[in-house]
Amino acid sequence: MQPTSHAFKANARQALDDGVLRRALDNMRGGFPAKRLAAVNRLPEFEALRDAGKTIKDHVLENLDFYLEAFERNVVARGGVVHWCRTAQEARDTILGICRTVDAKTVTKGKSMVAEEIALNDYLEANGVEPIETDLGEYIIQLRHEPPSHIIAPAIHLLKEHVETAFRAAHTQLDPNRPLSEPRQLTDEARAILRAKFQSADVGITGANFLIAETGSTVIVTNEGNGDLTQTLPKIHIVLASLEKIVPTLEDASTILRLLARSATGQEFSTYTTFSAGPRRPGDLDGPGEFHVVLLDNGRTAMLGTEFQDMLRCIRCSACMNHCPVYGAVGGHAYGWVYPGPMGSVLTPGLLGVAEAGHLLNASTFCGKCESVCPMKIPLPKMMRHWREREFEAKLSPSAFRSGLKLWAFFAKRPALYRAATGLATRLLGGLGRGAGRFRSLPLAGGWTSVRDLPAPEGRSFQSLWAAQRATRRPHATTLSPVSRAAQ
Amino acid sequence: MSEAASARAQILAGIRAALKRGPLGEAASAPLAARLAQHPRNLIPARAASLDHAGRVDLFVGMAEEVQTTVDRVADPKDVPAAVAEYLTGQNLPAELVMAPDPALDAYPWADRPMLRIRRDRAQDADAVSVTPAFAAIAETGTLMLTSDPTRPTTLNLLPDTHIVVLRADQVVGPYEEAWTRLRTAYPNGDWPRTINFITGPSRTGDIEQRIQLGAHGPRRLHIVLVGAAAAPSAA
Repeated sequence: MQPTSHAFKANARQALDDGVLRRALDNMRGGFPAKRLAAVNRLPEFEALRDAGKTIKDHVLENLDFYLEAFERNVVARGGVVHWCRTAQEARDTILGICRTVDAKTVTKGKSMVAEEIALNDYLEANGVEPIETDLGEYIIQLRHEPPSHIIAPAIHLLKEHVETAFRAAHTQLDPNRPLSEPRQLTDEARAILRAKFQSADVGITGANFLIAETGSTVIVTNEGNGDLTQTLPKIHIVLASLEKIVPTLEDASTILRLLARSATGQEFSTYTTFSAGPRRPGDLDGPGEFHVVLLDNGRTAMLGTEFQDMLRCIRCSACMNHCPVYGAVGGHAYGWVYPGPMGSVLTPGLLGVAEAGHLLNASTFCGKCESVCPMKIPLPKMMRHWREREFEAKLSPSAFRSGLKLWAFFAKRPALYRAATGLATRLLGGLGRGAGRFRSLPLAGGWTSVRDLPAPEGRSFQSLWAAQRATRRPHATTLSPVSRAAQ
Repeated sequence: MSEAASARAQILAGIRAALKRGPLGEAASAPLAARLAQHPRNLIPARAASLDHAGRVDLFVGMAEEVQTTVDRVADPKDVPAAVAEYLTGQNLPAELVMAPDPALDAYPWADRPMLRIRRDRAQDADAVSVTPAFAAIAETGTLMLTSDPTRPTTLNLLPDTHIVVLRADQVVGPYEEAWTRLRTAYPNGDWPRTINFITGPSRTGDIEQRIQLGAHGPRRLHIVLVGAAAAPSAA
């Protein structure tokens, strides 16, 4: 998909005015966080498991080359093939090439954000192969020709009426007068339509939640079972996975699986967790005849060894966006690409560049909730600040912002001047606003006062109060102010 | 070097450059290889690990029922066919099923129920009911572990509307890690099954307004006939 992350501000404003989106997002905010909390409270070891999961992933990232090579050996030993792809284009070409070997007309797909990342559907379609999404949410948004708005619940921005409209428009072979207003009816209709697609597809493409070095297995986690039908019924199973999905052993995967469903939907365990290794064995009555793993880099190794390496621990559970006040207000489409919410704000600049995704770094209140619920303890706010630094260094931030920051830095580096200036401003604004106690408008502060009042300062600045308090409590305290300390 | 080989080489070189080192030498890779060979267990929650076998069976049943799996405990193996037949009657389902061609299921006297029409094969789309054995069951989360081989086709776990699993009580383990140990014991040469399905309840989706619907693509009903629930664990 064509990214619109650069237009985050306009996207967000539009989303905030969308009353239907408000209702849909309310469904999410009332659901996932409470369910997660209940599941976490039920498992006393949850915090310790977070540490264990982080330790595993950190170990993997430090030895990524070793585990990828071990994984490849074991895939090959079980009769599969590994395709190493540097870029989205290489991955698309590889997948199309495999489809062409069986002259594939249709491929079924399990939900894969990496497939969204490389815009696989458009490419297959342009080359005469019809991709069919089989996850219910993905199927709905495919019919509506729109991108996912959430990494595990792609149609979370929609209401059932949207789904009904999309199904009536697409399934014209069915009775136009059929009842279709309830989720049960919609689910049954999708099930019936997609059953036929599963049976006739030549190739099934899934993502992977984990790749297991020890066994050469790929792992998918679903609730619907669509990924399992996708990979079991066609002649060929293609697994598309980014290379940081690797873990050493089945035990390591089990540890992280204890975190994944609880963090995502608040389930104890997802309905289907499936380990696949190689093609069907001799004598097997079902299963694919070929097994291909397309291993994608697409910018990951460039994050390794940098201050963004921690992001490669991400297991795509969606807890960060489910708890984010900004995501909850604007939804996923405003972020303009595949990965929304806090994890997207960190990952998207890494994959698309900070010039495209710089605005996402402002899509945060820095409340820290995302980091506190992240099962892999990824310091998301800290990394957003790192990206802001890079954006500033690359001179990409707006000039008014940059000169304002320079002006502030000029004063901040000169504590005496800073105190004098802020003291003066405090007294001046305090005097001017004494009557109403607040300002309805103020020169240069339109961005603030256009939507809310600015309270008038009351009396002295925080710094002078702080200094006075310290002087009475600890007469010998240093006079170094918090601001000059921060500037050092 | 071919395009594919150079992509592989370049990705690995990129990783090593980012980590500021060359390929791992013998000394550095030996402990990693040992970690793969020994696959040490990480932290295991006490929930299931702390229970005796009877406690684990009870926990398994409780956790499975929480996610809409139904469980029927049968003390005597010879009563399994009756339990299956009565379940189908109770659900108003036809007495026709497709069953895994697994010799383990021959232990049960299906001939006692001549009204049950049984086909031993993989599942087709039209099959309404399947019966399969299990490899293990994990008490911690009420999860079935099903493995594929020529006698245990994966389609049986996925295509029919109703999936009935015949589980022996001695197949119930505590945490996932014990199931992996059993699998490694069963396949000592690492000739793993193509597919290992961990299944926790019937298929479901919450993709429309977060309202949970069962039977999204896989079975709407998952029913377990738990055999010999009072028995002690076997060595297998």
